[in-house]
Amino acid sequence: MRNGKKKETREPLIHLTRRDTMHPAKAWGIRGIAVLLGLLVCGLAAFLLVEKLQQNPGRIGEFYYTFIKGSFATQRKTWKFFKDLAILLSIALALTPAFRMRFWNTGAEGQTLMGVWGAIAVAFYGGGKMPEGVLLVLMFLASVLCGAIWGGIPALFKAKWNTNETLFTLMMNYVASYLVAYFLVVWVPSGSSNLGKLKYGKLPSFGHDYLVIILVALVLTAALYIYLEYSKHGYEINVVGESVRTARYVGIGVGKVIIRTMILSGALCGLAGYLIAAGLDQTITTESVGGQGFTAIMVCWLAKFNPIGMVLTSGLITLLDHGAAQISQDFSVAADFPDVVVGIILFFIIGSEFFINFQLHFRGHEKEGIK
Amino acid sequence: MNIWMNFFIDSLAFGATFIYGSTGEILTEKAGHLNLGIPGVMCMGGAGGCLMLNLIGQSGLPGFLIVILGILGSFAAAMLCGLIYSFLTVSLRANQNVTGLALTTFGAGLTRVLMKKADPVVYLVGPKQLYRFPFADRTDSLQLLGVLWFLAVAVAILASWVLFRTRTGLNLRAVGESPATADAVGINVTRYKYLATMIGSGIAGLGGFFYIIDYMASQEAYLSVEAFGWLSIALVIFALWRPHLTILGSTVFGLLFSCSSYIANIPGVQVTMAAKPILKMLPYLVTILVLIVTSIRNKRENQPPASLGLSYFREER
Amino acid sequence: MEKKLALSMRGITKRFGPVIANHHVDLDVYHGEILAILGENGCGKTTLMNMISGIYFPDEGQIFMDGKEVVIRSPRDAFEHKIGMIHQHFKLVDLFTAAQNIILGLEEENRYNLKEVNARVGEIADRYGFHLNPETKVYDMSVSEKQTVEIIKVLYRGADILILDEPTAVLTPQEIDRLFAVLKKMKADGKAIIIITHKLNEVLEVSDRVAILRKGEHVATVNTAETNESQLTEMMVGKKVVLKIDRSDPVNPTPRLFVKNLNLYDSEGVQVLKDVSFTANGGEILGIAGIAGSGQRELLESISGLQPLKSGEIIFHNPKKDKPVTFFHKSLKRVMELDREHAFHDPEGKEISFEGMSRKAIREMVNSGKVLFKEDDVINLRDKDPLEIRQLGVHLSFVPEDRLGMGLVGNMDITDNMMLRSYRKGHAGFLDRKKPRTQAEQIIEELQVSTPGTATPVRRLSGGNVQKVLVGREIAYTPKVLMAAYPVRGLDINSSYTIYNLLTRQKENGVAVIFVGEDLDVLLALCDRIMVINGGRITGTVDARSATKEEIGLMMTRTESRETGEGGKARA
Repeated sequence: MRNGKKKETREPLIHLTRRDTMHPAKAWGIRGIAVLLGLLVCGLAAFLLVEKLQQNPGRIGEFYYTFIKGSFATQRKTWKFFKDLAILLSIALALTPAFRMRFWNTGAEGQTLMGVWGAIAVAFYGGGKMPEGVLLVLMFLASVLCGAIWGGIPALFKAKWNTNETLFTLMMNYVASYLVAYFLVVWVPSGSSNLGKLKYGKLPSFGHDYLVIILVALVLTAALYIYLEYSKHGYEINVVGESVRTARYVGIGVGKVIIRTMILSGALCGLAGYLIAAGLDQTITTESVGGQGFTAIMVCWLAKFNPIGMVLTSGLITLLDHGAAQISQDFSVAADFPDVVVGIILFFIIGSEFFINFQLHFRGHEKEGIK
Repeated sequence: MNIWMNFFIDSLAFGATFIYGSTGEILTEKAGHLNLGIPGVMCMGGAGGCLMLNLIGQSGLPGFLIVILGILGSFAAAMLCGLIYSFLTVSLRANQNVTGLALTTFGAGLTRVLMKKADPVVYLVGPKQLYRFPFADRTDSLQLLGVLWFLAVAVAILASWVLFRTRTGLNLRAVGESPATADAVGINVTRYKYLATMIGSGIAGLGGFFYIIDYMASQEAYLSVEAFGWLSIALVIFALWRPHLTILGSTVFGLLFSCSSYIANIPGVQVTMAAKPILKMLPYLVTILVLIVTSIRNKRENQPPASLGLSYFREER
Repeated sequence: MEKKLALSMRGITKRFGPVIANHHVDLDVYHGEILAILGENGCGKTTLMNMISGIYFPDEGQIFMDGKEVVIRSPRDAFEHKIGMIHQHFKLVDLFTAAQNIILGLEEENRYNLKEVNARVGEIADRYGFHLNPETKVYDMSVSEKQTVEIIKVLYRGADILILDEPTAVLTPQEIDRLFAVLKKMKADGKAIIIITHKLNEVLEVSDRVAILRKGEHVATVNTAETNESQLTEMMVGKKVVLKIDRSDPVNPTPRLFVKNLNLYDSEGVQVLKDVSFTANGGEILGIAGIAGSGQRELLESISGLQPLKSGEIIFHNPKKDKPVTFFHKSLKRVMELDREHAFHDPEGKEISFEGMSRKAIREMVNSGKVLFKEDDVINLRDKDPLEIRQLGVHLSFVPEDRLGMGLVGNMDITDNMMLRSYRKGHAGFLDRKKPRTQAEQIIEELQVSTPGTATPVRRLSGGNVQKVLVGREIAYTPKVLMAAYPVRGLDINSSYTIYNLLTRQKENGVAVIFVGEDLDVLLALCDRIMVINGGRITGTVDARSATKEEIGLMMTRTESRETGEGGKARA
């Protein structure tokens, strides 16, 4: 430190500047490296946590291979992979309009759960009393409506009184969860809160049970992309997200856009709930959504709010999740190991964004470069 | 002790879980960071304490040392989670919501993996009595008011005192309100953010530890800590970002939460099973109400810290 | 003179990417003097001072104090060297009291005694003649009070070198007088004071020496007593200012906008517009002069429908009796609406009714030019939001002062910014980007916007180019009234002239142009009439061809009563 006397200046050791842009290929490269580093750390974590690996370190290759195996080893697994991807993708897509508007909707979990609830409530009360087709349509409407209401309420307060939406939507998740718990008590006379599979209200399967869900998610991706990039609504959402003052200046009703967009976001969550209810479970528990509403926030953010990118990011998360689940099976570790793996990889990807957005200058280096 | 008193003290004791969680989160939020990883941090705090006790529970160390080492283990594990969060959100300026959620996923998952390796006979059965000092011999709910409960109350009051009566607190609040201002007067914004987040996380972690080792004292208890983490975040709003108010708020939350298990025993009160979930929903509804009312009244002192959720970069032009 | 050197800078250079903000600047500051740093907007004054106060770190160069080189890496380093800076945008925590802000960040005993702090603050305030209640919360303070807190904050830390960045920009004349008195007392106390400014009269009034910066370079330092306004101006801008704005005489000015008795209160209940009345004529540029924050912004925002008025009328008058309807200004839907209000007649004076006609037939009829307006348009814009104003067919353009925060969206490209006003056009729910793109290309070509293309985010353009895009878009809307707030602020000379010429062209096309400016020379050379606003009140309107700077300056600063000076909160 002291020998720098002759130099004109002593800069701070590390100097940060915000990058203007980075070539997308390079940015994806950085994210790729982050995932690889994350996997490496997961391997290390595995040595600490997985006894079978400690006994036989040679199985580390198998360990990594299992990540792929978890999703694609059998046809059934492949279908399951795409099904889980589709559900996660649907919820992430639902969040996108809100996030583009900088409305931090942390309530996808509850909005989706209310969607499940709406569909199941209709099936519970109306099942068998009407044709299956009518029932499915009514279930759909109920799901969308419930999701929309759950998303719309916080928006109403945000628009009127600027009530903090992150915390409001977060709280709404638990209200939804206990509401479902309440109805389970009401619906199940035995008190076990186990509703069981309903006989009515199942989406028809075209070849495969999961096909409808996957197709819906794909259509939704394209539709949302078009809506956000090419529609007037999408444009308004972007303007409001970028600058509320600009929106007012050009006469966009900011409150109206916030409420409309959150109703849409909630309704899409409701749709995802419908897929879970009518396409998969035909029943409801408080864990029907199982935290995917929160995972979707990360999926959405990792894709930079771009619907097409979300196909990739939800794929990545699902892949990790399934892979790690397979590992817990093959190496007999606790069933919660996937969460650890997903967490670690997420940390690395989240951290890598820094190197995409900022440039590091180390003392000295730059100077020589100029001379 | 009559049933009312029993019920009240039970709620009071239960509240300590939230006092820790909320006080920790308040410190973090006062530095401008919304840590949605608190549920995961609380789980890890529980795991850290239990694993430490798993090591020393039957070592024959003096009781008070076991108590202190358990607390330190819990604090340290939670603080490490806080370190991950701070590094990502402060140094790498990552999105706080996403980082927090990732931390919750990671912390809750890791806790469950780790807790399966611990032996409840070692970490729970013996130490439980030590932590329930001084009322360990009671059979009613008074036994729940142990070392960690008193510590919780002390921590909350101390946190309020530091925040609102000392320079450290003044500087910390300035960092959360306006980091650029704090920076301009020479406050080391990064250091404050790191310390507040890490100490806050450590404190929150004790909440998970208390719940497992004292309040529930069961080997399944760690499974429900995550849910109470979210409730702690709610309590922050309810307490209007003042740690001492969490003592009051947590008791209210505790009453609402545990009355479902007492209510059936109270003579003259007729409730159905269906009332339980509704009662448990109340804390969240009340929190929403508080959030709405404060936003309508728009009193400056009751708002979230102004820069909550935003990362700070000095040379932003 | 036996003055002690306080600080010297040698060869200071700072770059922001490709932009050189300061280039090899040498500067000395002495104790017991007031040094003015003079320069145009964007000449690097603030950047230079930020390097002594620890906000930025110089890329090259050295700073010496007491003959030794010092390294100032952070504001804390600056404080340790007894340097304190009062930023133009105050750095205070709104939620804290004055006293809490003052002791913020000090490393003293952790438990603080507010009474002692208050006493010490009182002592400093007395010594230099400030008025401040240390218990007041910052969010309850006027701008001048906030500035006082900032000054006491650095004095409390024992600063010997005080840097004030544009300290008078938001103050009332009395407040400026009081500030200068305080500064002189501090100077007498042996402090070194640096004020950054671009106002010549203040430099001459208060400073001992003047350092002039131009485009990041230090031009010269002169003794104030040995210089005068024209010499300083010359050094500041590089050549003698002869404003060559082509001003044409207004052709047939017709009243276009009547503003009557506007009264407006801000969200904190302070009256910001007081009984404002005026008329803007088509074919004329009406200048608005005034000290920053006298209500100019609020006035323009009121007219464009962005402020909820307490009382008053804004009447838009469009003389179009017996003129044909075109689809250039009116949509088919609007034409049909007007028809239902019996607004049209044919050249013979017979009323026209479209009832029962097909859309196609209506179109043909309008395009034949035989559908004429029966009456002039007289529309009250009060309580209408920007969208409603637009839907009424009132072409009102507004170039706001905050270009990237209000007029444009920084992260969107030029095409998408073009659409801001027009994206609603067309029936479908989808956007038409073709026309905006053509428009963007046109503007880029005509106004010589230097940009890689229409897909470049606006935030990446330079200030001048951003403004060209904004003004270009507002003009492309074929306005009847064009309002521009500080449209040349921060622009280089060439871009400024482009903007002046654009405004003049608009005036020649019969548009009523309202120009809010800060430079009186420009106002006098560009406008036809100049209206002066002072504390939210119109204090006079003069003919720009015959008025003098002094005359306007007096109206800008004249105060009617103590009440407005003390209680009226100037707006930042």
